[in-house]
Amino acid sequence: MVAVTLWGSLSAVAGGKAKHEIEAKDIRELFRKLAEQYPGIEPWIDRGIAVAIDGVIYRDTWSKELPPGAEIFLLPRLAGG
Amino acid sequence: MNFDPRYSGRNFSSVGTRPIRPDGIDKVTGRARYGADFNMAGQLVGRVLRSPHAHAIIKKIDTSKAEKLAGVKAVITAKDLPDLTDGDAAMYDILDNSMARKKALYDGHAVAAVAAIDARIARQALKLIEVDYEVLPHVTDVDEAAQHHAPLINDQVFTEGLEEKPAKPSNVTKRTQFGHGDVHKGFAQADFIVERSFKTEQTHQGYIEPHACVASVNPDGTADLWVCTQGHFVYRQHCAQLLGLEASKLRVTSSEIGGGFGGKTHVWAEPVALALSRKAGRPVKLVMTRDEVFRASGPTSATSIDVKIGARKDGTITAAEATLRYSCGPYAGSWAEIGAMTAFACYKLENVKTVGFEVLVNRPKTAAYRAPSAPMAAFAVESSIDELAREIGMDAVDFRIKNAAQEGTRASYGPVYGPIGIGPTLEAVKKHPHMKAPLKANQGRGMACGFWFNFGGQTCTDLNIGMDGSVSLAVGTVDVGGSRASLSLVAAEELGIDYSNVKAIVADTSSLGYNDMTDGSRGTFSSSMATISAARNAIKILKDRAAQMWDIPVDDVVWEKGHAIAKGEKYGNLSPLSLKDIAAKSGTTGGPIAGHSELVADGAGVSFATHICDIEVDPETGSTRVIRYTVVQDAGKAVHPTYVEGQYQGGAAQGIGWALNEEYIYGKDGRLQNAGFLDYRIPVCSDLPMIDTQILEIPNPNHPYGVRGVGETSIVPPLAAIANAVSNAVGVRMTHIPMSPPRILAALEAEREG
Repeated sequence: MVAVTLWGSLSAVAGGKAKHEIEAKDIRELFRKLAEQYPGIEPWIDRGIAVAIDGVIYRDTWSKELPPGAEIFLLPRLAGG
Repeated sequence: MNFDPRYSGRNFSSVGTRPIRPDGIDKVTGRARYGADFNMAGQLVGRVLRSPHAHAIIKKIDTSKAEKLAGVKAVITAKDLPDLTDGDAAMYDILDNSMARKKALYDGHAVAAVAAIDARIARQALKLIEVDYEVLPHVTDVDEAAQHHAPLINDQVFTEGLEEKPAKPSNVTKRTQFGHGDVHKGFAQADFIVERSFKTEQTHQGYIEPHACVASVNPDGTADLWVCTQGHFVYRQHCAQLLGLEASKLRVTSSEIGGGFGGKTHVWAEPVALALSRKAGRPVKLVMTRDEVFRASGPTSATSIDVKIGARKDGTITAAEATLRYSCGPYAGSWAEIGAMTAFACYKLENVKTVGFEVLVNRPKTAAYRAPSAPMAAFAVESSIDELAREIGMDAVDFRIKNAAQEGTRASYGPVYGPIGIGPTLEAVKKHPHMKAPLKANQGRGMACGFWFNFGGQTCTDLNIGMDGSVSLAVGTVDVGGSRASLSLVAAEELGIDYSNVKAIVADTSSLGYNDMTDGSRGTFSSSMATISAARNAIKILKDRAAQMWDIPVDDVVWEKGHAIAKGEKYGNLSPLSLKDIAAKSGTTGGPIAGHSELVADGAGVSFATHICDIEVDPETGSTRVIRYTVVQDAGKAVHPTYVEGQYQGGAAQGIGWALNEEYIYGKDGRLQNAGFLDYRIPVCSDLPMIDTQILEIPNPNHPYGVRGVGETSIVPPLAAIANAVSNAVGVRMTHIPMSPPRILAALEAEREG
């Protein structure tokens, strides 16, 4: 089980709920379970979401394992200039 | 991928030295080929017709007269770029921006294009194209555009980020929010509260080289694009989708680049050049004029930001709140989102809330500009922090040190920080001689902090060892700031050979696997990680070849200082084999020796900087002169310190222009008034002081050498540092960027009038 926090715009898609407890072994499974629960999130996942696992931000590594008890933040997909 | 990206704390031989850059001689002698330096046999000249209106329905375009003009080989409109985006809204926006479809959405929006045998005929042809417009009301100001009564730019836009879809469309495309704690409770605990509103005007990256490309769609359905870009692989993806090509059939080669800073991460005229070439059946060269660069390539957002910060008497910040409105041009963006994430990232805050709004305006599509969105947010926050410190009676540096984020702090955008450098940069500034230097009359000193995320992304690298022992490194990240030298240093370090034996090139899209853009300060961070991985793979092969040459088990071979060494007393009579020795025999030990790597360079280390600025203001004219400037920034590990310093100085120089002079000025007619370097004035050498730098090295735990990105953070603090300096010099808080002479005089006059 991991603790997942969604940023404002994304939590609005999840019915206004920002904090979620989810059983997922990696980022891919986390996205799948979120999309099952909140179908409105799927287009956001397709557009790109970054995932902070215990403070380290992953943008593309969907195979990254989620350690039990990890603190997860879903963040906008970041780019730069 | 069997590669461990964790920081190992090793000592370096090559990394950290300052060799001459390999591309330097070509660049200073004029041999280097930039975007407009490439030509193909039989190429045509492309030119674009642009809307003179800020907002207008395109009722009809008649191209018949232009098509009949001798020497014209193709004329295109949006009909020649049909919508193949399959519901992808972001791609549709790129398509619509490349060539207006139903409406012209800003002064300079492309509406048609021609390819002709020379520039004169192309210009004549543009004059023969007749466009029937129905002019609509327009809005170019971010605050006005957010009002309910503002002209509606896109009636399909309903504000995103709300729990319920709004009943009416508006120019506000998205609301976003970050933070934690309870700001109301926090403000109730404050002894002092500062609440201010700020504005920043739209600026352009101001790269010296305009956008330029040569496009050739070949009879066999393949195509080539030679282009000045920060990301040829992304250009391939976007252009191929918009043209209906298979990406594998479009080969994109990146030229040398005369500056990008984020502005060359987006396609602009490239799809148009390809469409012209497809219709004409010949290569087409398309180079934007400077006027076109300003009017129709992506400047940064204009902003309007409200900040409220409260603190106790002892200097502890109890709450911080910001509302940020960023203009996006006529297409949706994520600029306010990033501004809301970066605004308070430097500080340890129990109660923090930021709300961002993306706002459509009738200006060009906004693009990234070095740490996009962060400088404006830092300007508003760091100005308010300075004022709060003054109200409390604390030194501005000490106030920031007391509240600085540190390892273990929860960032204002959510996660908990690992090892970070904001505290060390502040401590370094506090000790810096600059802070103790005397000031004269009408001079002021300001300092400010800044933050940027950095990121890594998809990266692919080939390392090939020639039979003469030379090493060729093929990377897919465009070199915008000296990365070829830095990556050569990394390859030399890992292989244990001399830097002069390594040559790095930027490979085209057909020669290497996909690479993300050179943006997000990722070039050296990600490609050095891939280079280390590729070199380690090559070393495995080198050891195997040495074992063959010696006829011993490979497990008995180690690699040290560029040599294979047989370990164990039984091999005492075997002299070490150098990389060159092994390479010379590669033909009989298994063929060419190479190392390859493909990875996702996640785990980029966040970056912080603190800047100091001294400025002199003439109270009679409002003119300003920066007299001293110092940058202190964490690099993680400075692979090539000279180029790290160059990035720091470049960011500061651009920030000085942004803070003091640069702005897009629109007339009431919605047309840009200053689309050229005479009227849109970026700083030249005589406008700038010597910019001092201090590199700190707090290793990124997620990179083998501890590297963090360095390219962007240096533009985050200057707006605020300079605003604080000007405010201290004139005794009036400056809240509007740029602080041009008229604006400074107006602030002084307003102060006098109370």
